[in-house]
Amino acid sequence: MTAAIVVDGVTKRFKIGGEKFDSLKDRLIHLGRVQPTEFWALKGIDLEIAQGESFGLLGHNGSGKSTLLKCVAGILQPTAGQVRTKGRMSALLELGAGFHPDLTGRENVELNGLLLGLDRKSIAARFDEIIDFAGPEVASAIDRQVKFYSSGMYVRLGFAVAVSIDPEILLVDEVLSVGDEAFQRKCMNRVKQLQGQGCTIVVVTHAADVVRQICDRAAVLDHGDLIVVGEPPVAIRTFREHLFATGQGDTVGDLLDEPPVVEGEEAPPSSRRTLKVKVRKVDVRHPGQPDRAYLRTGEPLEVAITLETSEPIPGVNVGLGIRDVEGRMVWTSNTELLGVPTGPIKDQATITYRFGSVPLLDGDYALHVGVVSIEDESVIYDWIDSMTGFNVLSTARVFGQVDLPVHVERT
Amino acid sequence: MREAPDTRPVAWADMAAPAVGDVADDPVDLHVRVVTPKRGVVRRLADVYAARELLVALVRKELKVKYKDSTLGFVWSMLNPALYLVVFYLVFSLFLKNGIPLFPIWLLCGLLVWNFFSIVLSSATSTMVANAALVKKVSFPREVLPLAAVGAGMVHFCLQALVMLGALLAFRHRIDTSYLWLVPIALVYLVLLSSALAVALSAMNVYVRDLQHLLELVLLAWFWMTPIVYPYFQIVPNLIDRGLPSWAFLVNPITPVVLVFQRCLYGTPVVNLSDPEPLVLLPAWGPGTMLLPLLVGILASTALLGAAIHLFGRLEANFAEEM
Repeated sequence: MTAAIVVDGVTKRFKIGGEKFDSLKDRLIHLGRVQPTEFWALKGIDLEIAQGESFGLLGHNGSGKSTLLKCVAGILQPTAGQVRTKGRMSALLELGAGFHPDLTGRENVELNGLLLGLDRKSIAARFDEIIDFAGPEVASAIDRQVKFYSSGMYVRLGFAVAVSIDPEILLVDEVLSVGDEAFQRKCMNRVKQLQGQGCTIVVVTHAADVVRQICDRAAVLDHGDLIVVGEPPVAIRTFREHLFATGQGDTVGDLLDEPPVVEGEEAPPSSRRTLKVKVRKVDVRHPGQPDRAYLRTGEPLEVAITLETSEPIPGVNVGLGIRDVEGRMVWTSNTELLGVPTGPIKDQATITYRFGSVPLLDGDYALHVGVVSIEDESVIYDWIDSMTGFNVLSTARVFGQVDLPVHVERT
Repeated sequence: MREAPDTRPVAWADMAAPAVGDVADDPVDLHVRVVTPKRGVVRRLADVYAARELLVALVRKELKVKYKDSTLGFVWSMLNPALYLVVFYLVFSLFLKNGIPLFPIWLLCGLLVWNFFSIVLSSATSTMVANAALVKKVSFPREVLPLAAVGAGMVHFCLQALVMLGALLAFRHRIDTSYLWLVPIALVYLVLLSSALAVALSAMNVYVRDLQHLLELVLLAWFWMTPIVYPYFQIVPNLIDRGLPSWAFLVNPITPVVLVFQRCLYGTPVVNLSDPEPLVLLPAWGPGTMLLPLLVGILASTALLGAAIHLFGRLEANFAEEM
């Protein structure tokens, strides 16, 4: 195994003060008096990433994962230790970071390519390919200043340049979650294509999903320490369990990945909500494992929806939907459809959906709750999108959306 | 799609990276690079050399952005010395009657040099902060940013030299060709000195932002401490009166360059020869004598450039988080 990236005892110390003394006056006034607080973003990290491997760096905010990526990229210098890399490298830390608003798209492609380490001849050779990838909208505006570009066009051109250099090492920092869905898919395809070509990929993320989808191995960082390096299920499990065990964050919600904000296409505008009946809260419970911040595939789940009404009402239709990270409805139903009428409601009532077993695989899922009239479904009392959600962690050796009971044999 | 090897990008890799650990097993591979706090000056220079195309592109960007929406564009670069010329001519030749014939040409000799120096220093000092987005998100040898300011300054210098050429033609002035060969040497020295200061100042300004304001004041004082408007020889008697050696003014590193330009382009060290008391402007040094301070300067600024790059490397470690 040849290593593409060797991280050798990398330590990074940041100096942080309550205030920064940027001006001469401040420096003189505080000379020798205020010792800046030292903060160790990375504490002696050793890591080897093999050529052609796709590696994930997991960690919460402030874990040091982005700092490590920046050290690998050469943007930050480690305080001690070194990073050795072998191969053409492209770092997607911020798409279009090198763009100057006053230059045209064409000029920026050239400048950005040079910044990424290409020479002018190869930029010229790849120019058409880059424009082609960025799409027709960008192509038609290539000779206009990029300050007139939409943010989508900006990002598309930035990504197109970054991947055009045919990197042997690609560093990605959460940037795959930008742009519209179609472009995201295009980016993901390109990343997978690079993977197929033997490109080494390092992805920094806090989304277990991405690690599961792309990575061969992953490392978990916490406060500058390397907690574990292993295969994605191991790393993801350690990531969640470690955070929980060390009691970081006050609530379970903090430990979960941010619930994905997905606008359901059928979500009615707020003006149409009468709020005669309101959803007061939605509780997600993991029966049997109440302390754990995530669910394992196959475990039960409870969603308790507490309603509140100002006047007694003969009954409501309470709907629940589960969407995946890309906004696809995974499961939805309502009390009327299920034949479980809520009955009359006065003041408050709690409707609990109990799932005996959730067969979903890894991912973040968002919950959608709708409360409508039993007589007329178009009378909407309240509708909540993505207020809460849950995470599933799977150890099953399957990929996709659901864990279907399977038995394989040779027949 | 894999490209042929010759179209491969130049990594900022050191071409002569020592074989360290597993990564550098293959000594032929030029794409090995090491990110470490201990990076020598020679390595850093090699990185900059590998990024020379980027340097040129950044110079072009600098110039393009500066005059992006102006109608006159580069003409502004020439109007600046032209305006100086008119004002100083009015003040010193007409109002104060300093008695220097062809004062515009005298003045332009010094201004050419000074404008380059001051434009480079003031634009280089703020360049790191102005390009914060790049510095924080992209990995490249950051020295190219101050060096691009030097490059842009050189373009401005050429444009202003055209003004000089115009003035020489307009006045049908004869330059002293026996000193002409000193001019390129003086320019090499000037570029080296400016580069060294540009690299050091750009890095220091990230930490102490007051530097760019302080620099304005320093440059203003420095301008008047340099024999640009007044002739060098008017200072020498004052120096001797105060018990200072006559060469004390050469301590100002810009003075030797200005003197070479004046001696060559203005041409005559002594004017108003028909007067009972001719006006001595410049020392009666031969080309060889004038070469000496230039050579000393070139040596000193080469050392200074090395020190500046070393300092830059030390300060660079925390650029991304200081901005």
